[in-house]
Amino acid sequence: MAYVQLKNLEKVYNNTNKVVHGLSLDIKDGEFMVFVGPSGCAKSTTLRMIAGLEEITAGDIIIGDQRVNDLSPSKRQIAMVFQNYALYPHMKVRGNLSFGLRIAGRPKAEIAAAVDKVAAILEIEPLLDRLPKQLSGGQAQRVALGRALIKNPGVFLFDEPLSNLDAKLRASMRVRITDLHRQLKAEGNSPTVVYVTHDQTEAMTMGDRICVMQAGRIMQVATPKELYNAPANLFVAGFIGTPEMNLVEGAMEGGDFVVGSQRLAMGSDLSGRLSSQPADAVLGIRPQQFSLVAHGPALEAKLVHAEFMGHEVYMHADCEGRRLVSVVGAAEFEARGQSDVIRLRPDPKTLHVFDKSDGRNVSLHGGSIAA
Amino acid sequence: MTDISLAKTSARTLDEAAAAKRARMHLISSVVRYALLFGVGFLMLYPLIWLVGASFKTNSEIFSGAGFLPQSPTVEGYVQGWQTSTPYTFGRFFWNSFLIILPKVIGTAISCTMVAYAFARFEFPFKKILFGSVIAVLLLPNVVTRIPQYILFRDLGWLDSFLPLWVPSALAGDAFFVFMLVQFLRSLPTDMEEAARVDGANSLQTLVFIVVPMLGPALVSVCLFQFMWTMNDFLGPLIYISSVDKYPVSLALKLSIDTTEAFEWNRILAMSVLTITPALVVFFAAQRYFIEGISAGGRKG
Repeated sequence: MAYVQLKNLEKVYNNTNKVVHGLSLDIKDGEFMVFVGPSGCAKSTTLRMIAGLEEITAGDIIIGDQRVNDLSPSKRQIAMVFQNYALYPHMKVRGNLSFGLRIAGRPKAEIAAAVDKVAAILEIEPLLDRLPKQLSGGQAQRVALGRALIKNPGVFLFDEPLSNLDAKLRASMRVRITDLHRQLKAEGNSPTVVYVTHDQTEAMTMGDRICVMQAGRIMQVATPKELYNAPANLFVAGFIGTPEMNLVEGAMEGGDFVVGSQRLAMGSDLSGRLSSQPADAVLGIRPQQFSLVAHGPALEAKLVHAEFMGHEVYMHADCEGRRLVSVVGAAEFEARGQSDVIRLRPDPKTLHVFDKSDGRNVSLHGGSIAA
Repeated sequence: MTDISLAKTSARTLDEAAAAKRARMHLISSVVRYALLFGVGFLMLYPLIWLVGASFKTNSEIFSGAGFLPQSPTVEGYVQGWQTSTPYTFGRFFWNSFLIILPKVIGTAISCTMVAYAFARFEFPFKKILFGSVIAVLLLPNVVTRIPQYILFRDLGWLDSFLPLWVPSALAGDAFFVFMLVQFLRSLPTDMEEAARVDGANSLQTLVFIVVPMLGPALVSVCLFQFMWTMNDFLGPLIYISSVDKYPVSLALKLSIDTTEAFEWNRILAMSVLTITPALVVFFAAQRYFIEGISAGGRKG
């Protein structure tokens, strides 16, 4: 129904402050695309440009075969859910839901039917005659969602919609929104969703694809799985995953990774994947992909601190002056013995090597990475 | 053992004594504070109370003492004052005031809202210079523009009509109100207006359906100030109105002083009471909106 295409999109404030640097991105029809990145990475600005609330300095935005650069927000087949809900404070829920239709001059019966339908989908029928100030955060969020839904738009734009809710409500709203998207798809509407968040859990659980942004540039666009298993660069590697990926600086020497006085044999699996052998390299290891071993190739480290999380333990260790975080099963942790010195062996299948000079992942060659 | 219990008892009595003392001090300080507030408040209000009391006195009684309770209350002042010494009753002057105030207040509310909305929400050429000149007008003493204004209105043929009194204000001529509304608008979040734009409302619809309801409390203040200032305005009508049949109440009050040789003070006071009544009624009726609601703007999560 409505794909979204960004072509070399740029945004400059006050002629000097460039915040968006030539974004190009294709969002497919019916796709759930998540923009994620740290605050100030211009993800909200990009969304607002798609919405038409922010002027475009250069480049094009195309929504469903139509260049929309100069169209007003209401003519772009979009609906938006704002971070602060932006409900009209003086109108009842019913008035909030129907405002767009009333402005468009639709017949009363049609408006009433549309309100009832949306209220039923979002289970807000009992709230229709309340004012926004009489709603809880979660209810207000559902009304805001309803206001977008009632327009039956081609593209839904979400601007950090869950960041004002508490953790529990956030988790349930997350499921509700993805369910709703699936339901609309099943009904044959297939609305495209562009969802902005700074929360990587939301990004990973909700998105069909994720666009990771930093400082106005796209770092990587990929499915959640690909993003986790094959980060294209250091930024994505460090941003996605909890606890964060260990990024150990060292050097590649003859197929081995050298860190301080230690030398870690890489094995044929990794060396086969390398597209180059950077002298200054960064080794990326997910905390979950360490195992405690007594012998064999491993990094030797001194245990500094252990956080007991129930079924697993987060171990903070010092390896040649660098902090290593590893996650091991509680039983494995208990069985390690009394010594402070631990030997951590990374799983060679999931290791990543980054070129320190440009941050690129050089270990994606051949595509043999474990998915 | 006994020592300890004794010590405990004395400690308790000490505590109780201290508590009782605190309660007594609290009572005394409350009494003193309220007495003081009441006394000063009464002192401030006394002229007003005296005015109301004196309007029911006979002419000879007014100057016989400073007390405010009339010895033999009479409404003679009201009856005769209402008739005035002109062919018109005081009702006519109230009607004139109303004819000035109504278009002025409505015009001010509409025009100032539109101008303030433009300054607060849109970018347009020379915006800074224009807003700077609004502030400059705010700082300009009224007296400076009196003569040029008079000449302008004379050339327009507007003398001895109500037009010079309300037209400038109805075209956002009161910089103070524009400034006040701009400041209020700047403090309102823009989310709701953006949501309205996404919902398909144009700028005017956004203003009418979204911004104006949120501006409510500020608009009430604007109307209230404009009402009271116009009601009390003496100089404006004095300059522009010359026929008695067009006098507003502020001039009419002066009229009763001018035309009678021996001032009938009870009539003047009675009409003064009537003159301040609308302002008081409107103020107390609108007070709730005036104070409430400024915080009722945006909803936070």
